[in-house]
Amino acid sequence: MSESEITEHKLTQLKALEAESIHIIREVVAEFRNPVMLYSVGKDSSVLLHLARKAFYPAKLPFPLLHVDTGYKFREMYEFRDNYCKEVGADLIVRRNEDAIAKGMNPKDFGVARCCGLLKTQGLLDALEEGEYDAAFGGARRDEERSRAKERVFSMRDEFGQWDPKNQRPELWSIYNGRIHEGESVRVFPISNWTEMDVWLYIREEKIPIVPLYFAKERLMVERKNMLIPYYEEMKDQLLEGEEPKMVMSRFRTLGCSPCTGAVRSSATNMDEIVIEAAAARRSERETRIIDHGSNSMEDKKKEGYF
Amino acid sequence: MTELNIKMTKEIELLRLVTVGSVDDGKSTLIGRLLVDTKGAFEDQLLAVRKQRGAETVASAAEIDLAMLTDGLSAEREQGITIDVAYRYFATPKRKFIMADCPGHEQYTRNMVTGASTASAAIILIDARNGVMQQTRRHTHILGLLNIPHLIVAVNKMDLVGFDQKVYEGIRSEMQAYCEKQGVQDLICIPMSALEGDMVAVRGENLAWYEGLTLLETLETLSALGDIDSKPFRFPVQLVNRPQTAELPDYRGFMGAIASGTVKVGDEVVVASTGLSSKVAEIVTFDGNLQEAFAPQSITLTLEDDIDISRGDMLVHPQAVPSDTKELVANVCWIGSEPLSVRKKYLLKHTTSTVKAMVNSIDFRRNINTLDKESADELEMNEIGQITFKLLKPLFYDSYADNRSTGSFIVIDTFTNNTVGAGMIV
Ligand SMILES: Nc1nc2c(ncn2[C@@H]2O[C@H](COP(=O)(O)OP(=O)(O)OP(=O)(O)O)[C@@H](O)[C@H]2O)c(=O)[nH]1
Ligand SMILES: [Mg+2]
Repeated sequence: MSESEITEHKLTQLKALEAESIHIIREVVAEFRNPVMLYSVGKDSSVLLHLARKAFYPAKLPFPLLHVDTGYKFREMYEFRDNYCKEVGADLIVRRNEDAIAKGMNPKDFGVARCCGLLKTQGLLDALEEGEYDAAFGGARRDEERSRAKERVFSMRDEFGQWDPKNQRPELWSIYNGRIHEGESVRVFPISNWTEMDVWLYIREEKIPIVPLYFAKERLMVERKNMLIPYYEEMKDQLLEGEEPKMVMSRFRTLGCSPCTGAVRSSATNMDEIVIEAAAARRSERETRIIDHGSNSMEDKKKEGYF
Repeated sequence: MTELNIKMTKEIELLRLVTVGSVDDGKSTLIGRLLVDTKGAFEDQLLAVRKQRGAETVASAAEIDLAMLTDGLSAEREQGITIDVAYRYFATPKRKFIMADCPGHEQYTRNMVTGASTASAAIILIDARNGVMQQTRRHTHILGLLNIPHLIVAVNKMDLVGFDQKVYEGIRSEMQAYCEKQGVQDLICIPMSALEGDMVAVRGENLAWYEGLTLLETLETLSALGDIDSKPFRFPVQLVNRPQTAELPDYRGFMGAIASGTVKVGDEVVVASTGLSSKVAEIVTFDGNLQEAFAPQSITLTLEDDIDISRGDMLVHPQAVPSDTKELVANVCWIGSEPLSVRKKYLLKHTTSTVKAMVNSIDFRRNINTLDKESADELEMNEIGQITFKLLKPLFYDSYADNRSTGSFIVIDTFTNNTVGAGMIV
């Protein structure tokens, strides 16, 4: 074998990650009765969905997408979700915790933890139970947060959808043990080993469509506690003293609910500029999510069943 | 970062690393140190683990508790120990690293095996004050069984022994002897202080007598990938793709990740279980058909003939077929809380197939201190031995030494569904 042939047989790190993720997605479809893919409309979900399409090509996706909607997502996210799912022919299920929404659940009056607990965690657990799904794919990455760094690719959940981090199932080589008892389920994280940088590089490389909010633009924002919060007309009454909406060149590194996700000042209007910005970032993307602030919050939420 | 840098970042190679060693020898601290020195940790993450509250920035690594960067569970931070593996990531201009930080406690050996099983290089930490401990030997033996290509011994906490070369040399020769005994050839040894940073990413001034590379330089220059693409073709089928649409009414594609070797359009392939053969018609991917594919790519193959193939079957090279057996002999690292004993029944998951198995005999248990073989009636949790299983149906395999993918299996307890053993076929 000549030198050039040998180098030809090396996968770049991005292609190696892709191959690993596709293997995981296929293993789940082979071993579970009724899988579902959680789709949050964010960049990680976009990558996950893209990998799933690659995994089963030329067939259609063998599972539906589930969006657990809080009702507080950005307008642009709903638009993108509906258009993109139609375009790729994905079967989209949208579920909301209607009870809590009817009671007017919101982060300002009830607190972020309570709001997230009901709209996201409870909403998710209810939707998984209703659909009788035994496996749910999620786009969480280990580099996001230190308790996520501890999670297996196949993460076992008991009958209550809860995670027991002190007693995780061993996971050896790339042999995944998908055997569960009635009522138990697994959360599967095919992009566990991807970093934020990998995700951006892959989106750029594969030209994966993402919500336009990820690209910088002059946007109407209010500045609150060091965070840039997008301003919409409906928020008029919620402005705090001294706050005044102003146009700021900004974009989002991560997308969650509009009241709780901050933007960052940025001039990155295309994928190259985003990748360059990600490489220079000194602060993690989770910093723009209010839910993650406070001690230990992600681990506690995960134990309760949050992604 | 420029256009050229983007290309480089995308195209660098991946190296999977693991840190092991006895309790408190400094594994998590070392990973924290590597993250800080390679800028693999973000400022807000550093601020969260600083020793004194109040400061707005972290000026130096001395201000933070390095181990807390990776000990991500509240129970770990409470007790100051690592319980489960943490996976952390960093990149240098040369390479991207996935690092698994393993727990040192014997109780959590199962988690250490989890972290080590995918690694191509391991760093064995040893506290210079305590030298080689029983748990150091256990971990090193497990690494040997797992056939981790590169072993690096980090003699840590050199600052606590006055950076004394004699202490280092003593530990180095003891480890060298232990490794030679189990057939590990080249062992790299590096003295360091994970806490203060000497010989990790920078040389520092305290270890001038040491002439080798720093840890980071070593990691950047290890050969990254094994030679899985030069081994015989192995393709365990994960799923059969049958879209059954109007455009593709009769399409049958075999989906899987290539475990080893390469495959080209027109190549003859054989189904290991039936001996039936056919030729590769297409190598299908979402990005277009390929002429050739290699491990570890995930692909879909279509064949020229309509032969019976389903999940659990393996397509292989016709001139290099795997062995088959109903009596499987393997080194087993037992990680279940219930001991393994003769006549007990389990499930073995090997590549994409799962078979029923019974323990026929415990050929020996390995004494991890002396590496001697001992007779045993049971394998308790964290013990290692050679086991012969009787299988309900034949398994097609290579030895673990030849092929990590087709030579490994997990043992599943049929009652709890838990993974209770890691098997490496002899
Ligand atoms: N002086 C000195 N102390 C160190 C060094 N490396 C680690 N330590 C200290 O040793 C203690 C244990 O370090 P850890 O990094 O938590 O050890 P570990 O190996 O991860 O422990 P487990 O994961 O629980 O097995 C901590 O107090 C560290 O600060 C070193 O190079 N010099
Ligand atoms: Mg530790």
